[in-house]
Amino acid sequence: MAYSQFSMNVLAFTALVGLGSLVAGLLGALTGLGGGVVLVPLLTLFFKVDIRYAIGASLVSVIATSSGAAAAYVKEGYSNIRIGMFLEIATTLGALLGAYLTVIVPTSALAVIFGVMLLYSAYWTRKPRPKSQRNLPLDPLATRLRMNGTFPDPEEGMRSYNVQHVPAGFSLMFGAGALSGLLGIGSGAVKVLAMDQAMKIPFKVSTTTSNFMIGVTAAASAGVYLNRGYIDPGLAMPVMLGVLAGSLVGTRILIQAQTNWLRRVFSLVIVLLGLEMLYKGLSGGI
Amino acid sequence: MSATKVWTDKKIEGIVGNLLRAGVLLSALVVMLGAAIYLARHGSSHPDYRIFHGEPVELRGLRGILAQAADLRSRGMIQLGLLLLVATPVARVAFSVWGFAEERDWMYATFTLIVLVILLYSLFGSGMVF
Repeated sequence: MAYSQFSMNVLAFTALVGLGSLVAGLLGALTGLGGGVVLVPLLTLFFKVDIRYAIGASLVSVIATSSGAAAAYVKEGYSNIRIGMFLEIATTLGALLGAYLTVIVPTSALAVIFGVMLLYSAYWTRKPRPKSQRNLPLDPLATRLRMNGTFPDPEEGMRSYNVQHVPAGFSLMFGAGALSGLLGIGSGAVKVLAMDQAMKIPFKVSTTTSNFMIGVTAAASAGVYLNRGYIDPGLAMPVMLGVLAGSLVGTRILIQAQTNWLRRVFSLVIVLLGLEMLYKGLSGGI
Repeated sequence: MSATKVWTDKKIEGIVGNLLRAGVLLSALVVMLGAAIYLARHGSSHPDYRIFHGEPVELRGLRGILAQAADLRSRGMIQLGLLLLVATPVARVAFSVWGFAEERDWMYATFTLIVLVILLYSLFGSGMVF
């Protein structure tokens, strides 16, 4: 049941998009998946918004959640700003490339890529996490770049880690940035993959560092989007305010909530949206 | 990494985190103000996002957006709020350049400066109409 935007006025459209974005932001924060990933399918499949407007509005909300949460992450002492800043050279360059590609890639191809990305995110949240390797050797490049650090472990106090495979992580980050710029998402799943899997950075450090990188990466494509007229104020307004409110509430109740079943439900929703985006893209419906 | 360095890192990050939150709140306020005027003026018209037209030139660049917002045009005000939002991570990176320079960490000051240049290029160099 798609809501046709022609049958409703701006007031009703704004209220419904705002409400949908609020739920997306809330679920994104509760499950740790980020709300951005469901926004574009929500806008294109249910509200029949052109995918380029949807991508522009989604990207803006990604910046809002990342910047809004930054203060909380710093306090925890997990994120490593040196690793983040160095890798941001790759993500911002990738984001520029992605944002330029969005202009020339056909919308049906964007829908297909988006569908694949949704399926990957759902797989990523469901797969079991291998225990992080300890006592890795010092990597010469990572040591020269002074990336090795420590983080507070609830069981053993401060735990140190040695970063590995910097070039592989850097390349993956370029890809993460390109996806972010192309699809208007934070692409946190790919960022964590680069740090956690390739660079062997502990999971907690990877996720919090990724969270702080997301806003900077998104800002790099936002300029291009704005200059190309992809960011519509009437659409971006309810999306940004809704996601921001939802994620602020979500992070507040995160601690008490039993999120396991919620993650399962949300992953299922993401799979369905991914399949629908794939179908629409391949059949030329988008 | 010495203990004082870690302390400075954390102190700078703490300030930056709060600055970012303030930036987001300010931007949300400006967007809400624009939204109130927008909904009052255009609430009963019909939205059209089904076909992509792209935004008019005056909503694509800093100068146009500032002029529109100064005229209390609702879409210009919302766009100004969104621009403030995009500026928050840029300000964070600029602040980090200063922070690393303060620590005499020239390698990381350079890395961060590269990121800042890329961000400024995206905002001002990627075809912006002034």
